[in-house]
Amino acid sequence: MPFFLLSVVKALVVLGILLLTLLYMQWVERKVIAHIQGRWGPHRVGPHGLLQPFADTVKLLTKEDLTPPHANKFFFVLAPFLAVSLALLSVAVIPFGGEIEVFGVKTTAQLTDLNIGLLFLFAVTSLGVYGIALAGWASNNKYALLGGLRSSAQMISYELSLTLGVVGVLLLAESLSLRQIVDAQAGYYFGFLPRWHLFQGPWPQVVGFLVYLAAAFAETNRIPFDLPEAETELVAGFHTEYSSMKFAMFFMAEYANMITVSCLATVLFLGGWHPPLPQSLGIQFAPVLVAALGAGMLFYHGQGAPAGKQRLSMQVFGVAAALMGLAFLAPAVRATFSPLFWFAAKSGFFLFLYIWVRGTLPRFRYDQLMSFGWKFLFPVGVANVLITALMVALAG
Amino acid sequence: MHLFLFLTFALIAVGCAVNLLRQRHPISSALSLIGVMGSLAVLYLLLGAEFIAAIQVIVYAGAIMVLFLFVIMLLNAGEEARTQRSKLARVLGLPLAGALLAQLSFVVWRQLGGGPEVEFGGFVGSTEALGRALFREYVLPFEVTSVLILVAIVGAVVLARKEVR
Repeated sequence: MPFFLLSVVKALVVLGILLLTLLYMQWVERKVIAHIQGRWGPHRVGPHGLLQPFADTVKLLTKEDLTPPHANKFFFVLAPFLAVSLALLSVAVIPFGGEIEVFGVKTTAQLTDLNIGLLFLFAVTSLGVYGIALAGWASNNKYALLGGLRSSAQMISYELSLTLGVVGVLLLAESLSLRQIVDAQAGYYFGFLPRWHLFQGPWPQVVGFLVYLAAAFAETNRIPFDLPEAETELVAGFHTEYSSMKFAMFFMAEYANMITVSCLATVLFLGGWHPPLPQSLGIQFAPVLVAALGAGMLFYHGQGAPAGKQRLSMQVFGVAAALMGLAFLAPAVRATFSPLFWFAAKSGFFLFLYIWVRGTLPRFRYDQLMSFGWKFLFPVGVANVLITALMVALAG
Repeated sequence: MHLFLFLTFALIAVGCAVNLLRQRHPISSALSLIGVMGSLAVLYLLLGAEFIAAIQVIVYAGAIMVLFLFVIMLLNAGEEARTQRSKLARVLGLPLAGALLAQLSFVVWRQLGGGPEVEFGGFVGSTEALGRALFREYVLPFEVTSVLILVAIVGAVVLARKEVR
């Protein structure tokens, strides 16, 4: 298959999956937050509110698109486009799996493998702040401006810690290509402990991982660092004046950034698509087990649900889960989809962590945010880099 | 293909630079400057300097220009007022600028004209090679530069510090 056609097909597939994840991330977030707070969450549109994301999309598309009279029109329109396009761009270098073969065509599960993949990601992220800063300024609204300024200050401050958290991994992997970084994490210590950078000698990157995680929450403007849109003090921060599709674009950008950061954490620290245990311990049957458990739970709860739409949907999804588990018993399917399963599982864990933290922690105060970033996270990151460099040099 | 990309991004760079001077609002000028730096990064990439290209975007387009924008927003600088330009500048400005450009390009051409041909897409400047050069051959200048920057930061902090009585 010619390179050009293959690239277009791959880009479409990845974009489709990304957008679908974006849509359903919102549904999952609302459901999980609701259950943390003892509520039902979206429940009316479709079974268990599963069609809620589409209803929301239609609602946002059909709302009136307002532009405030004193806004700078050009930048007001440019800002959301900038935010969403940069957020979607970064997925291009993320490797989702090893080589896969679909309909006789061999290809890597990654759009493009750059030699400087990680730097490309950081470059795109560092440009992402313009969308938010410009949105705040162009709205000509004091709350929006404050939100935009806060976000630029916050993102500049935490980008340093984010980068420092990653440097340790680079010292261990000796590469900037994300595929090679994942390849450096293959294999197991003592036959069971994966050689992920989180556990890899001579200096396991536990501290780097925690620094990265904390900085990533701040980079994506999520609770507990969601100061730019602190609704109790700033109405809605930088997107106060945005409505309709432009608001939706900021929303998409935020979720796309969350997905990128989660995928990057998986790639850098948790071994990408490598399973957590070697094949000799039967880890290749974990997807089957997960699907079977899911199917069992769905059938069990389907029994207790009121007859009709609720029960039927539970049973349908139960059958789907069971079929998925059966499919994973076939070696051909397993070889192709096992890496993708592990990658999705690890990234999904980080996405769940985002929601979990949102349901648990209150928001920082602005001065606390800055002093945490500069006086704690930054020195810890530097210390981690120094120790890692020393250990790598000593280990030769 | 490489020539096409080069011409496109060179045009964008020049266009953004002209736009930078033409715009009256500081924010528009700052954004044009980002455009210039972004297209410069693409030109570096075309010459095979991946690392430099990425750093150009991260440091210049990403970090430094964000600070520019931040300061402009914080000061809430308005549109600049146009003064009556002097007649002399209007008559002599363009020819003089052209003469300066011609002179510079002549000197550069004379100095570097005989050097090895630059090739598009010849990926030679890998990150590893650059790191080796910086930390082996040029380690002293590199470290001295970093100390210089550190001194500048400390100086700025001291100057900006509030007087404690």
